[in-house]
Amino acid sequence: MIIPLFDTTINEVADKLVSIRLEGGVIALSRVLTLLVPVGAAAAEEAIEAANKSSMEHPCRLIVLIEGDPTGKSALDAEIRVGGDAGASEVVVLRLRGQMIDQQASLVVPLLLPDVPVVTWWPDRVPDVPASTSLGTVAERRVTDSRMAEGSLVERLTRLSHGYRPGDTDLAWTSLTWWRAHLASLLDQPPFERVTRVVVVGRTEHPTPVLLATWLGWKLHCPAEVEAVESTATLRRVELHRASGVISIDRPQGTSAATLTMPSGQVRRFQLPPPSLSDCLSEELRRLDADTVYGEVVKRGLAWLQHGDHLTDASQVED
Amino acid sequence: MNQILSPQPVNPLRDPADRRLPRIASPCGLVLFGVTGDLSRGKLLPALYDLANQGLLPVGFALVGFARRDWTVDQFCDFVEKSVRAHCRTPFRETSWRQFSSGFRFVQGEFSDAEAFDRLAETLRDVDETQGTGGNHAFYLSVPPSASPVVCENLAASHLATPPEGSWRRVVVEKPFGHDLESAIALESVVGQVFPQESIFRIDHYLGKETVQNLLALRFANEMFEPLWNSHHIDHVQITMAEDIGIAGRAGYYDGIGAARDVIQNHLLQLMALTAMDEPIAFNASDLSREKEKLLSAVVLPRELGMHTSRGQYAAGNQAGRPVIAFHDEDGIAPDSATETFAAIRLDIDTRRWAGTPFYLRTGKRLGRRVTEIAIVFKTVPHVPFGPASEVLAPNALVVRVQPDEGVRLRFGAKVPGTAMEIREVSMDFGYGNSFTQASPEAYERLLLDVFLGDPPLFPRRPEVELSWKILDPVEEYWASHEAPEPYAPGSWGPAGADQMMARDGRAWRRP
Repeated sequence: MIIPLFDTTINEVADKLVSIRLEGGVIALSRVLTLLVPVGAAAAEEAIEAANKSSMEHPCRLIVLIEGDPTGKSALDAEIRVGGDAGASEVVVLRLRGQMIDQQASLVVPLLLPDVPVVTWWPDRVPDVPASTSLGTVAERRVTDSRMAEGSLVERLTRLSHGYRPGDTDLAWTSLTWWRAHLASLLDQPPFERVTRVVVVGRTEHPTPVLLATWLGWKLHCPAEVEAVESTATLRRVELHRASGVISIDRPQGTSAATLTMPSGQVRRFQLPPPSLSDCLSEELRRLDADTVYGEVVKRGLAWLQHGDHLTDASQVED
Repeated sequence: MNQILSPQPVNPLRDPADRRLPRIASPCGLVLFGVTGDLSRGKLLPALYDLANQGLLPVGFALVGFARRDWTVDQFCDFVEKSVRAHCRTPFRETSWRQFSSGFRFVQGEFSDAEAFDRLAETLRDVDETQGTGGNHAFYLSVPPSASPVVCENLAASHLATPPEGSWRRVVVEKPFGHDLESAIALESVVGQVFPQESIFRIDHYLGKETVQNLLALRFANEMFEPLWNSHHIDHVQITMAEDIGIAGRAGYYDGIGAARDVIQNHLLQLMALTAMDEPIAFNASDLSREKEKLLSAVVLPRELGMHTSRGQYAAGNQAGRPVIAFHDEDGIAPDSATETFAAIRLDIDTRRWAGTPFYLRTGKRLGRRVTEIAIVFKTVPHVPFGPASEVLAPNALVVRVQPDEGVRLRFGAKVPGTAMEIREVSMDFGYGNSFTQASPEAYERLLLDVFLGDPPLFPRRPEVELSWKILDPVEEYWASHEAPEPYAPGSWGPAGADQMMARDGRAWRRP
């Protein structure tokens, strides 16, 4: 069910939410959080769809704020989606024009669910300091997506690093979880040798390979390099160099099938499917405390980019 | 598995602060005995494929089927593919399937055929070589209980049960774990001679890990329940597992076993132990088992078993609008079978916390609907200040729904809207279904992963199995020497005797 409310007020939206529940009982009661999603019109529907999927695991009230023309007449259009159109969540879409755009925090306050945590997710940008934005202040967890943001690698990492406050995370980091899990599991097995060098091959305009290389270099106390390839795959390969030889995981672009190459040259195949947007979001919503490892990785990642010369060009790597 | 993990150096990539990092099992193989059985076809093989498809299987995995049929590997692959296509819950993808099936092997043989086990040993050496399984193997005994000992003995004889240095061997045993104390001890002593206790995984597929975790979280992650969790405030506890189906073609297994051995001995006594036990020191295998064992060893049976137990058999009739046949008319059941399809017993716990609070356990087939619930029924309010105008309220109750629709319901009194001071019962309901069911790694997937990871905390241990039989054996003996089970109408909540048994204590069964 979709209920449009044109040229409305936030109180009318709040009243409508209550009356839907009284009349229809269509809205289940167990909501575990309020999710705020400030997003541009172009990315809005994709974000809503991903959030609806995640709501199966984390039922929530989803408040989507879409900024329109900032110069026009001040106005608020709203849309409430419940039932089949909203997964296990209830969705409130607020379209803001004119001065309303500057009023976002005061607009959402009456709609925040009592007691449960608030999470803000920016699907298409990284604010300078997410925690200081009006929608970031009301939230205990803030999720950005630097993969979708504009700017060079250094600019994006600078924003992540300088803007980091406990409670922030970025989906570029989330998308690495399964790569990290497999790499960690390799070191659970013999031979328990020191890793002397790490090479990450991927698209260097994306923050993801740098974050992975930083994490590996930091935890393994060894030099780490990122090799750039012309490829649409964000991450192509990771190599761990040890005295006994190189062990590497490859995932060619456009596939979820990865190969693990042992120092002996023996190859094993396994599935390493890239996580979808809603997989990433669900993972973020599972823990609402600060991810300090992420905080350290973005800080070290930026320092490493600025002071080291570890980015090499390996465009000859085949896909 | 501690003795395997401890000599390993600390993995520098594992950081306790890095809590999102999942654990992936190290390379290993799974040997499936009874691979052609229903469970294997319907649950285990599809679950393995789903794990592979999601990238959750160890990198370097081999599946070895062991069965009587004279199959080639290709025939075995076809068989697995059919089961997977019919039952997998993630999409069937060619690439995943090709990778998954490249690690298949098949060994033909009888469970008693020592040579077949030598061939199995040969096959495992081969997969260690080609699939890189590194000597790590789990043996899943999806076989009739009577076959478990001979499989274990043959595994030992072929030196398959002893892991080479730096690797592991584990065995998975399905319930039932025997049919009385004596047979349970006999089974355990064979399995226990071959495998060390920490390598034995006892699986009760009724009891999902998620359920156990939910129950423990409710009890021990909250402040507001534990102070009331004793005989001062709780009048009694009812634990129900009801099925709406009959024995559905399982006559061979069910006849002579019956509802109490099938469900009460393992499932309901486990739920009772989890509901009533003290808080474990930590959430790990040994501390959890210690508390459950303590609780089970304090359980006492009613002195007069006839007054406080009940058993029944479903008669013919209509259930949910469909005619159904009586238990006696099921295929393979003798017309004079004394096997019960409904069982209810009262148990008391002789501890300071629970003395005076009885636990009522019941289970049955062809009951009103499929449901498993734990109901904590509180005492009535000592005094109600609203005068005679307020009707007598049912006591407060906290109901933990185990399945379906896992959740928690709290029943309490509230004022009826309007001017008169009328009180009525209302319910507050919380459904895990909405909130915390991770879009959901099915029970068998999780269970297989735990076996590969060597993570047994929630599986019952040997002393629990034996204590449970000690509780049930006297009841079974009493029943065997007394009158036959009472008939009950299908779709009802059991025989009249079950209601009488509660009425003697001045209580009544809830309608679940």
